[in-house]
Amino acid sequence: MLSNEQKEFIKKYKKKKRIILLIQLLIIVVFFITWELLSKYNIINSFIFSSPSKVIKTIYKLYLDNNLFKHIWVTIYETLISFSIGLIISLIISILLYLYNGFYKVMDPFLTCLNSLPKVALGPMIIIVAGANIKSIIVMAVLINVIVSTVVITNGFYNTDKIKLKLMASFKANKYQVLKYLVIPSSYKTIISSFKLGISMSLIGVISGEFLVSREGLGYLIIYGTQVFNLDLVISGILLLIVISYILYKLVEYLEKKLLS
Amino acid sequence: MSKILQVIKIGKKYNTINGEIEAIKDISFDINEGEFVAIVGTSGCGKSTLLSIISGLLKQSKGEVKYNIDNPVIGYMLQEDALFEHLKIKDNVLLGLKIQNKLNKETKNFALNLLKKYNLEKFIDKKPSELSGGMKQRVALIRTLAINPDILFLDEPFSALDSSTSLLVSDDVYKMIKESGKTTIMVTHDIASAISMADKVIVLSKSPSVVKNIHEINFENKDIPTINRQNEKFHYYYELIWKDLDDALE
Ligand SMILES: Nc1ncnc2c1ncn2[C@@H]1O[C@H](COP(=O)(O)OP(=O)(O)OP(=O)(O)O)[C@@H](O)[C@H]1O
Ligand SMILES: [Mg+2]
Repeated sequence: MLSNEQKEFIKKYKKKKRIILLIQLLIIVVFFITWELLSKYNIINSFIFSSPSKVIKTIYKLYLDNNLFKHIWVTIYETLISFSIGLIISLIISILLYLYNGFYKVMDPFLTCLNSLPKVALGPMIIIVAGANIKSIIVMAVLINVIVSTVVITNGFYNTDKIKLKLMASFKANKYQVLKYLVIPSSYKTIISSFKLGISMSLIGVISGEFLVSREGLGYLIIYGTQVFNLDLVISGILLLIVISYILYKLVEYLEKKLLS
Repeated sequence: MSKILQVIKIGKKYNTINGEIEAIKDISFDINEGEFVAIVGTSGCGKSTLLSIISGLLKQSKGEVKYNIDNPVIGYMLQEDALFEHLKIKDNVLLGLKIQNKLNKETKNFALNLLKKYNLEKFIDKKPSELSGGMKQRVALIRTLAINPDILFLDEPFSALDSSTSLLVSDDVYKMIKESGKTTIMVTHDIASAISMADKVIVLSKSPSVVKNIHEINFENKDIPTINRQNEKFHYYYELIWKDLDDALE
């Protein structure tokens, strides 16, 4: 049975949450109305900054042309693929880096170096090697998220509790057993929490890739819009991208919660 | 009493990039079968280093550790948090057996019976975080006893517990060890827990450490640690060892 204080607390808590949500919705509504009005009365240049009504029209037109979901799907698909490939590759590299300490010591500065390099700079090279197609986009996105995830996961592996490592040594565990029974399970949280980073890095990679080569996807939509000076299309693309990245983020967050409970 | 191991002129220097650190200078002593030996010394004097060397987890720079058994199985018990949170209590206890490829019906029953014997049966499917600090320490000891070691090593087993829990747990741990009949070496900076549990207390000097003194602890009616603490000779030993450590610091 809940005590009265507890009931009161929960009531207040829920009320607070509702108010916060309301304010958030309000901000969005006010933002769009202001934007609409500003462009309607020509206070901002509606050719450059578009307007909500134009955006809706543009998106509706994409929908009528059967293009809307195609572009959205391509971007999501590429992101999820590169996220999954990236995760597997970074796990494998992290395990190797843990098992072969010498390899880790040698690779460490290179990883740091690659980690701080803006990977987009490698885009043109990737296109030359992998071709101007979806492969390049995936390679780029995988590259971006593998490096970040590997650094995070490897760090997690190397931060395994010294006392527990000593315990494993006292059992005369070999390094594969140490990895299996201690290092990987105790880094589980770190691995899961690298998902968020991984998915947003993949999305960055996918969009930069689409900027460079693609014929489909939201990145393509934005670049194409710029080339033909259709800024309604550009802004629609950006807004769709914001929605997509939020949904992907929430999805991963949900997955994290599921996996950690 | 037969000797189970001899520590002969052990020394240890750590080589680091910033220079050589001499942790242990020269340490020798014998351990008898079934004996409970406590090694006390001030913080940083090389207790953990010494225990690691004796148990074979770390290589000494000089000297020798001689066992009178071939391939001794060692059991290590560390601080409270050394239980694996991703494993249930049951699986924590079976971990050593699994790693050493010794998990069979018999060994499994032996381990699970220990849990039963020490009133932890109802927790076998729980995670360590659901247990109190004292219970966790009992589980940790059972995990160590499960592999049936020839000798037990305890490194500051109570240091993570608050002082009243630590008193109660040392009674439990003491009883469990006595019932197992295992030879035990415990290192601690806590003189009182050393005197109240051990048959012999080895006092180390500060780092680089040497053996400062060795005291046989002879209570007339030796009992569990909390009762030994009230023994009239307890204070006598306490003063003696306190003085050794005090000298050692100079
Ligand atoms: N891996 C290492 N590399 C270099 N120096 C070390 C290493 N381990 C321990 N030392 C040094 O050796 C000395 C003894 O350390 P040790 O941990 O054995 O002492 P201790 O008595 O167990 O200390 P505490 O009371 O803190 O547990 C210390 O000066 C410590 O800094
Ligand atoms: Mg220590």
